Formats: sequence, C-alpha cells, structure tokens
Amino acid sequence: MSDMAAQPSAPAELPSAKTDWLPLLLIPALGLLALPFVGSPSTWVTLTVAGLAMGMMIFLMASGLTLVFGLMDIINFGHGVFISLGAYATLLVLGPLAGWATADSIGLNLALLALCILVAMGVTALAGAVFERVIVRPVYGSHLKQILVTMGGLIVTEQLIHALWGASPIPIPLPQSLRGAFVLGDIVMERYRVVAVIIGLVVFVGMQLLLNRTRIGLLIRAGVENPEMVEALGYRIRRLFVSVFIAGSALAGLGGVMWAFYRQTLTAGMGMEVMVLVFIVIIIGGLGSVGGCFVGSILVALVANYVGFIEPKLALISNILVMALVLIWRPQGLFPVARR
Amino acid sequence: MTEPLLQLSGVHTHIGPYHILHGVDFTVPAGELTMLLGRNGAGKTTTLRTIMGLWQASSGNIRFDGSDITTRSTPDIARAGIAYVPEAMGIFTDLTVRENIVLAARSGPVDKNRLDWILGLFPALKRFWNLPAGNLSGGQKQMLAIARAIAEPRRLLLIDEPTKGLAPVMVRSMIEAFRALKSSGETILLVEQNFYAASALGDNVVVMDDGRIVHSGAMSDLVADKDMQQRLLGLSLDAHQ
Amino acid sequence: MSTSPALSLAFDETRRRGGLLTGLLSSDLPRSRALSFILLAIFVLLAATPFLFSGSQPVGTAAKICVFIVLVASYDLLLGYSGIVSFAHTMFYGIGGYGIAIALERISPTWGSVAIGLVSALALSALLAVAIGLLSLRVRAIFFSMITLAVASAAAVLASQLSDITGGEDGLSFQLPPALRPAFRVLSEPVFGTMINGRLLAYYLVFVVSLVVFLLLLRIVNSPFGRVLQAIRENEFRAEALGYRVVAYRTAASVISALAATAAGALMALWLRYNGPDTTLSFSIMIDILLMVVIGGMGTMYGAVIGAAVFVLAQSYLQVLMGAGSAALAGIPLLPNLIHPDRWLLWLGALFIISVYAFPGGIVGRLRQSKS
Repeated sequence: MSDMAAQPSAPAELPSAKTDWLPLLLIPALGLLALPFVGSPSTWVTLTVAGLAMGMMIFLMASGLTLVFGLMDIINFGHGVFISLGAYATLLVLGPLAGWATADSIGLNLALLALCILVAMGVTALAGAVFERVIVRPVYGSHLKQILVTMGGLIVTEQLIHALWGASPIPIPLPQSLRGAFVLGDIVMERYRVVAVIIGLVVFVGMQLLLNRTRIGLLIRAGVENPEMVEALGYRIRRLFVSVFIAGSALAGLGGVMWAFYRQTLTAGMGMEVMVLVFIVIIIGGLGSVGGCFVGSILVALVANYVGFIEPKLALISNILVMALVLIWRPQGLFPVARR
Repeated sequence: MTEPLLQLSGVHTHIGPYHILHGVDFTVPAGELTMLLGRNGAGKTTTLRTIMGLWQASSGNIRFDGSDITTRSTPDIARAGIAYVPEAMGIFTDLTVRENIVLAARSGPVDKNRLDWILGLFPALKRFWNLPAGNLSGGQKQMLAIARAIAEPRRLLLIDEPTKGLAPVMVRSMIEAFRALKSSGETILLVEQNFYAASALGDNVVVMDDGRIVHSGAMSDLVADKDMQQRLLGLSLDAHQ
Repeated sequence: MSTSPALSLAFDETRRRGGLLTGLLSSDLPRSRALSFILLAIFVLLAATPFLFSGSQPVGTAAKICVFIVLVASYDLLLGYSGIVSFAHTMFYGIGGYGIAIALERISPTWGSVAIGLVSALALSALLAVAIGLLSLRVRAIFFSMITLAVASAAAVLASQLSDITGGEDGLSFQLPPALRPAFRVLSEPVFGTMINGRLLAYYLVFVVSLVVFLLLLRIVNSPFGRVLQAIRENEFRAEALGYRVVAYRTAASVISALAATAAGALMALWLRYNGPDTTLSFSIMIDILLMVVIGGMGTMYGAVIGAAVFVLAQSYLQVLMGAGSAALAGIPLLPNLIHPDRWLLWLGALFIISVYAFPGGIVGRLRQSKS
C-alpha cells in the first residue's frame, strides 16, 4: 500500500508468520488421488479442466455471499436469484446483437460475451441495491427472519422473471468461436471451459489484490473480523456493507452469465439449483472467508467431476460427503474466520 | 472557567432489559488525564461505550468540544476526534501491525515523525511490523491498540483497562507510555482497576458504583485520604496492592 | 374491539365447561372468538366433507388439507417453537411417502406392508434427523439451514437416481389394502347419498390420523419440553447457562418434527395411491410449507391449520380469480402477466414477506390481537 510513507527498517530476525497450508494442499492431493482411479492421464486432464471451470463459476457465485455474511452476519438465501437474473440479463444483449454470436470472428464473439457480462453485472448490481434496501435492511440482527424474508424475496423475484420473460426455458446459443474444444494430442479441453477458468482466475486475483492492497480491502477484512471496531475507528460500516452487497450481487450476475452459457438454457430456478453447491462451498471454506470459498469451490467441483466419471450415480451425493468430511475435520470450515 | 472537553449530564443507559447507568454526571477537562475507577460491574465500560455511541444513552446528554454528541453514530463520534481502545483491544488479528495502523489513520498516510514517536513509545511493534497482529502477545496487542488510537492526533482518548492481565513489567512500561502521552498534552479518560497504576497517572479521578458517580475530584486528594480510598474502592484497592 | 361483559362471561363459561376439550387441546386454547369459530368451521367441514360435497375433487382437497395441517404443524415445531429453519422437511415427508409406496408396491397391498413401510420410514427419518442435528446444530443454527438444504437436494437426486427402488421420476403407483379400495362396501345402501366404501374409509383414516398427530404435537409444544424449546429460542445462551443441553433439545425437536412429517408423507401416499418426487420431495413443496406456516402464524400450531386451509384453497380458487382479472386487463403491457393465474405465488410471496415484517404472528396472531 503506497499511502504508508514510513517503513521502519526491518529487524534482523523476524518471527515467522503462520500460514495455514494444509487446506491448500487438499487440491493437488485430491487430483493425484483421482489419477489412478480415472486411469488415462488425458481423461484426467479433461476432467480436471472441466472441474476447474465449474469451480471458478461456483466461486464467482459464492464469493459475494460469503463476504456479505462475514461483514454483517447476514445470510442471504435469495442470493441465487441474482444468478438467475444475471443469466436472463444476457437476453438484453443477445436479442439485439444476435449477429455477433454467429459471426465468424473471435473478436465479435468475445465482445459479445464481455457485453453480456457488463449488462448482467449492471442489472444485478441494481437489483442487489433494491434487494438490500427493501428485503434485507429491515431484518438486521435476526437470522431466522433473514432466512425467511430472503426466501420470500427469492420467490417473488423468480416469479417476476417468469412474468417478464415467460415461464418456459429459453435456449441461448454459445458464441461461435467458444464452441468446440482445444485438442492437444489426446487431451480434449472445451474452449468455453478454458475461458471460464481464465475469467474466474482474473476475478479471484482481482479480489485478492483489492482485499490485500487497498484501503477498502483492508476495511472489508477488518470489518469481517470486528465490525464494531471499524466503526469506532470512524468508518461507516453500513456504507461499506451496502457496497459489498451490491458487488456480491454483481459477481453473482457474472457467475450467472457464465453458468447460463455453460448450460445454454435459461430457467428462473437455475440460480436456486446451484445455490445448494454455493452453500456447501461457503460452509466448507469457512463462512466469511474468500480464500476458503475459492479452495472450497475447486474442491467440490473437482470431486464432483472425478466421482461423476468413476461412479456417476454418486456424483451429486459426493458434495455432501466432502462437506461432512471437512466439517468433521474442521467444524468451522477450512479457513475459520476469527470473530471478536 | 472554560467548558470541559467532555461533559456527561444525567446519562442513563439501558442494555436490553437491564438499566445499567443511573444518571451519570462527570467532566473531563482538556489536557488532563482523568481516571475512571470502580469495582467490576460498576458501569465503567458501559460509560465509555455510551460516550462512543456503541450503546445509546436512553436519557441525559453528552457534550464533546461544545457540541451535543448524545445521539450521533459511532463513526461520527470518532470523526469528531474521540479515539477508543476497548477492553478487548479490538485488534484486527488477520491484518498486519502496519495495516492496523494504516486503517487507524483515516485522513491518509501516517505522518513519518509521528510514527517514529509512536514506535519509540512501543518499540516492540517495530519487530512485528509486517506480521499478522494475531501473532502478538497480549501486552503487544495492547500496545498496538493504543498506537492505533494515537496514529493521528485526536482530541480525546478513551482507554478501557489497558493493564488488565498484563505482567508487572508490561504494566510499568504501559505507565511510562501514558506518562509520555500526558506530557505531550493528550486528553485521556482511562478506566483502571489497578489503583497503583491509577494513582501514579491520574490528575483527576471519578469513582463509579452501581451505575452512579460516587466521587469525583483531584487524584491527589484521594491518594492522601486512606479512609476515602477504603470507603470508595473497598477491597479493590487491597486486591491490587 | 371491546367485548361486552355478558359476552365475555359467556365465553369464559364455555371455556370452563370444556374440560374435555381443554384436555384435548392441552390447555392451549385458540384465545380468540374469531379464531375459535374459524377452527371449528374448518374442523366441521373437514369432518363432513364426504357428506357435504359430491364428486372426488372436494374430498381430495380436504384430504390434502388434513395432511398439510400435520406437515405444517410439525414444521412449526421447528420454526416457530425452536427457532431453527430446516429445508429438509420435504425429505422426511418424502421418506414417509416412499416407505408406504415401496412396501405396498414391492411386498404386497396389505396392512402388514403398511406397517413395515411406515415403521422403516420412521426409523430412517429419525436416524437422518439425529445425524443432521448432531453434525450441524453443534456449530451454529445457521449451518443447519444450509446443510438441510444440501441434504434435501441430495435426497431428491438420490430418489430420482435409484429408479430400481423408487421408480425414478415416474414414481410408484400401488394398490391399497382391500379395505381401503373403492370397491370395498361397508354398507350396501348409501348414507345421506354417500356410499360408505373403502375410499370413504381411506379419507377418514387420513382425517383421524391427522387429527391425532396434530393433537399430539399440540401436547408436545405445551409440555415442559416445549417450554424449554421456547426458552432456547428466546435466549440460547441463557438456556445453556441454566443447564439445558441446547443441542440435545434441538436435535430432539428436529427428530419429532421429522417423524410427524414422515407420518404425513405416509398419509399422502395412502390417499393418492401414488408417490413420486413431485408429490412429496420437491423443493417447491418446501416453499409451500414455509408460506403456510408464516402466513398462518409461526409458533401457534393453530397457524398450521389456518395456513394449510387458506393455502390449499388459494391454490385452487385464487387462480380462477386471477385468471378472470388477467383476462380483464388484456392489452395492457406486463400487468396481465403479473396477475396471470400461474403467477399466484408472486402474490403469496409478497404476502409472506409482509407477514414476516409486519405480522410475525401471521393470521392467528392478528386474530388474537384484535380480540383484546
């Protein structure tokens, strides 16, 4: 951080900082463990890339939720509707610019995706602001009421999506050049998944920079740990919280776009369906921890992909098993957030 | 006589169903160190939290620097120039020592000379500068909490039991630090259970019991009058000597 | 609203005379004349539906209301009395349904199979409820909500995956024991124009079991156990400090609630002679339960009766009304969409949010307030 002019000279021996590496090692360990069961290395690479892509999308959808919880102890069960809303917002772009999707130009195709993301994030940011004001703000402090009222918000918003765009599923085409796969020898990687991994990584790195290198980030991290003290230092945590809520909604919108192109179908319930994974991920990661959310997302998605290949019927149960194992190991999640 | 920097008049505070403060009146004159004494549960912490706006006074009023701050929000009160060090210190353990101090300096980069002065008061902090504050010992956390409160000039420091649970050597260096702060002209309201520390530092003393002020005056008078000590502070005096 | 002395005296008289009734209701009386009247009306209508209305539609609606009263009341034990939000209630409901369906379809359409199916379903539900409770209630109540959501969705997936056992997405249709079949005649002549056959017996089986389970739940929430649950809901730490083992009490509440939901699922399957993912397991039923308990009134038990009746009736009749409204507004942009019959959940959802904000006691709370 540049605004810190003074930097005392570093003393000779520094006590070493304790970094918790164990949960991070879970990911490569899991990958290695899966290799012999999967058998062929090329299949393994395909599965791993697919898992990473899935993980990144879950991370996008989950990160805002976990921060909102950490900052204000508010759990938004309606978060899933921002995912759906973001997905439907792509129609605002795909309608008028349908030609860009079929054009045989990577530039136009990617521009279309970027435009979809921008519009979706704008729409969900706006919806997040309204949701926070109307649904969430009156029920600060009561988890029970929060769960109920945000569920209510979810029901109403899903119905509004039905009223606006109709109740039947809407197919959306993946832009031309994002279809198909990269083939390297006998390794097959679907293009769109690679794009999803890149976007996910960019967002993750961006968030890490924001959280660790800026004053806003410091405030968010401090606020997650002790909101009262942040106020006593003279910062208005409400304003900070509203911004994080809105940013979290916009991220869910981004996740929604990615998820929509992945499924290539829109339904109002698609957000709520994926919320199950989102909740598992933030529980595994430790409520309030962005890093934990990232590790948890990848872990859950990789397990689902490996298990789905080895024993398809177990794929969706595997998440519950992962969660149960993690909670038995660390009841507060992989990276428990210190609170007061 | 000029108006005191901080003035509480008839302050009542309720926490949920409990009535904690029953009409608290006292003043903190500028440039002096005022000790707030009293046994456990007397309402000292509640008084500080009420001043800070972390709990809302149900009646009465609090004036700071000529304006009424009774109903203002905590961030506004902090911005008016009051710094607060809670009993639990409120250190952000996930942030480094440096980041803790950076956050406390609201208006921008920390002044180089001021930082040198602060780190002169608490040299131990220099060693942990870029490490998560969670690694600090209890005494070092207390130092960081105070360093944070003075990272920028403030009009008034509210400090809640800074010597609680510290080793005697730490208590002594804490007292030295407060002496230095006092001599640089800071106005401080300090809650203390340790009468030895309190008597060494205080210009003025306010004694609370059961949510009320039972005595206020010059510290030197209380130090001179053993009977009054016994009557006002009872066992809490003996327990710490 | 003030009551005249004479009237309130009369009300007190009935209360004193109703020793048996008071006992049945565990001394937890409706405490509002309007509420007593509505409850009595619902009771009488449900008891006499087969004789009052002709055709199978009204009886089907009445059976559904009976089952939902049990389902919602058992959910109220968790939400209203224990202050914990579970999303796995439909899982237990589904287990009850599948228990009956699998036993009757795979073993034989006899009372013995009904017993086997019910008992194994109850055992499985109890086991799962204990496991979820111990895993999640130990940490934070909010974990419980998220974990139940995850477990319930896994259960739904499992039910559709294990199609060899559950019939998958198609579900299972089965034969009832002979005494519950329409062809079974108790009397050769109709009574008040209604045939006394197996179908009628099935309805009264549903009605009586629902009534008994509801009264049992009412007894439980008014027992010392129920009062400890409410103490925990009000102040967890205080209850813990008083020496109550919070996790044990909450787990016990979730087990009892799960058992009652399982019973409700069994009744529903018996009535429909069918069970599938959409009738008992789906998340939309979970949403319906939430709507019913909150609109009816959390923490009142009677709210379940009102909520279930209002909701099931609204499901059938609000849509007709909205259809008419929508047609009348045809031509105006968006508005007809908003009151399209399929959008009835939109309005119930809005009512739900308003209930949580403004009337935490739901309809029952309102009625009790306006009495005093």
